[in-house]
Amino acid sequence: MLSKGLKRKREEEEEKEPLAVDAWWLDPGHASVAQAPPAVASSSLFDLSVLKLHHSLQQSEPNLRHLVLVVNTLRRIQASMAPAAALPPVPSPPAAPSVADNLLASSDAALSASMASLLEDLSHIEGLSQAPQPLADEGPPGRSIGGAAPSLGALDLLGPATGCLLDDGLEGLFEDIDTSMYDNELWAPASEGLKPGPEDGPGKEEAPELDEAELDYLMDVLVGTQALERPPGPGR
Amino acid sequence: MSITKTLLGRRDLADIISTVEFNHTGELLATGDKGGRVVIFQREPESKNAPHSQGEYDVYSTFQSHEPEFDYLKSLEIEEKINKIKWLPQQNAAHSLLSTNDKTIKLWKITERDKRPEGYNLKDEEGKLKDLSTVTSLQVPVLKPMDLMVEVSPRRIFANGHTYHINSISVNSDCETYMSADDLRINLWHLAITDRSFNIVDIKPANMEDLTEVITASEFHPHHCNLFVYSSSKGSLRLCDMRAAALCDKHSKLFEEPEDPSNRSFFSEIISSVSDVKFSHSGRYMLTRDYLTVKVWDLNMEARPIETYQVHDYLRSKLCSLYENDCIFDKFECAWNGSDSVIMTGAYNNFFRMFDRNTKRDVTLEASRESSKPRAVLKPRRVCVGGKRRRDDISVDSLDFTKKILHTAWHPAENIIAIAATNNLYIFQDKVNSDMH
Repeated sequence: MLSKGLKRKREEEEEKEPLAVDAWWLDPGHASVAQAPPAVASSSLFDLSVLKLHHSLQQSEPNLRHLVLVVNTLRRIQASMAPAAALPPVPSPPAAPSVADNLLASSDAALSASMASLLEDLSHIEGLSQAPQPLADEGPPGRSIGGAAPSLGALDLLGPATGCLLDDGLEGLFEDIDTSMYDNELWAPASEGLKPGPEDGPGKEEAPELDEAELDYLMDVLVGTQALERPPGPGR
Repeated sequence: MSITKTLLGRRDLADIISTVEFNHTGELLATGDKGGRVVIFQREPESKNAPHSQGEYDVYSTFQSHEPEFDYLKSLEIEEKINKIKWLPQQNAAHSLLSTNDKTIKLWKITERDKRPEGYNLKDEEGKLKDLSTVTSLQVPVLKPMDLMVEVSPRRIFANGHTYHINSISVNSDCETYMSADDLRINLWHLAITDRSFNIVDIKPANMEDLTEVITASEFHPHHCNLFVYSSSKGSLRLCDMRAAALCDKHSKLFEEPEDPSNRSFFSEIISSVSDVKFSHSGRYMLTRDYLTVKVWDLNMEARPIETYQVHDYLRSKLCSLYENDCIFDKFECAWNGSDSVIMTGAYNNFFRMFDRNTKRDVTLEASRESSKPRAVLKPRRVCVGGKRRRDDISVDSLDFTKKILHTAWHPAENIIAIAATNNLYIFQDKVNSDMH
């Protein structure tokens, strides 16, 4: 993608993305954006952020800084959109924006507890924004663009509550294991009958119809035997 | 006064340069690249016979520092890209440096061999054993000069210390320990001990759901071996004292500038994320780089920086597009000159910027092939944002965002700078014209 020292002529504009002045992306409270329709702008930015989060999580080892910054930005956008849509107050601790990504399905059933409350949030957020248009190949270079557009209808948890369980119990045994994999894993609520993600994702080994009882059983198995379930699938 | 930047070396390296670092005397310059290679340049001594060859940098040694690895447990590939190189202070004839990728730090020793023994009794010149019957007298082998050979060997490998990706390493002024920082933790190592490290900072929350901040850079104080600083993705700096506690989660000082309400946007946090932090040579100040500015902080004042310089404020209205194409996440480095009077940082379109703290003047220069003739005077560049446009100005919309200068280094004593522009390395020297006053 990077040119190898070829002198770039001024006329060659096709490779560069023209940067329009984006005044309306500023906070709706900003004085200069009085005329802009804030709700529409926030919504597109929200979709863009969701897409970014999706791409970031698709990577086998997501860039934590990128992830955290996108999530925080998403929270800000969400917060600014919330009053407009008259959302009921989000239960604390505020669940991170739940995003469609069922590639890194987790088998850790500790998620099930927070799942219920998060799904409730999702249903409110769903009403706010439509599913983003599938973007043309504009994604950051080097990242695989999954086939399906991340629709907000299929929502997963950015809930690394799983990490705690494995982390504490196995810290001593497996000191060099990167638990961030489990920390950031997302749960595919297939039991909710939501649309599954792109087929290249790992984690399809679980039966799609896991219910709460099976999750509890799984949890016991995990705690009891300390069997680590390694997410299959190659790296990026 | 005109700024003449004479080119002391330009190399077209095989791979994208990922780090640049002068050693403590400035005689050696190390670069690391995306392919895990380290290339060391050495400055030729200025020759009286050829006054025009003013101490240029030539390749001294090239070696493969890191190889791509595969973590079988997690089915993950570990990139061989060199994230950082730090030189150890020289303590004998050999040079040593630390190089790190995302997970493993290595200590390399670089030695020279310019003599070899000749005149063995039992071996001939090619090393084959002699027929003993032909040996009639004994001789003492003598050392004869040979072509210089630079030998590099890995002396220590510090592995398995990090769960997350290493972003910084810093050698302590005690010359015995060093630290390595990843997104959530900082470890303290002894240079001679590879199977153990001490965790001195841990910001990983008990519940990863609560993660809102990561460590972006860290550095030891140049003189006080107990002090170090680390920066975060939220734009704060924490100065920690290792004497206070074994785990330095509680900072001694927190440097944070309150958000400017008039500039508030959805991207405020992202652009406040500190991408690099460097102590001044004096140890009194810190230099930080965030997306749009460089800031100088006084260690004695936590409330706000003492100086703020705009690197490319014309991008402030384009943040959404830069968010879209991920450029807003680019991590630029910053550097002090030897006397802490000038600071430098890179930007887009192969531009780099310098700010004189005393005169408050700044300049934008370009690292490009056109400007790389040996005694070229680098022409200051200007980005115009509309309004009156001079002939050689570049308009904001014509900037090439794929040409970013992320890594720059300044010679510890002289006005020599090393600029990494993708896979090109430029080494410029500042020469004040003798007929100027």
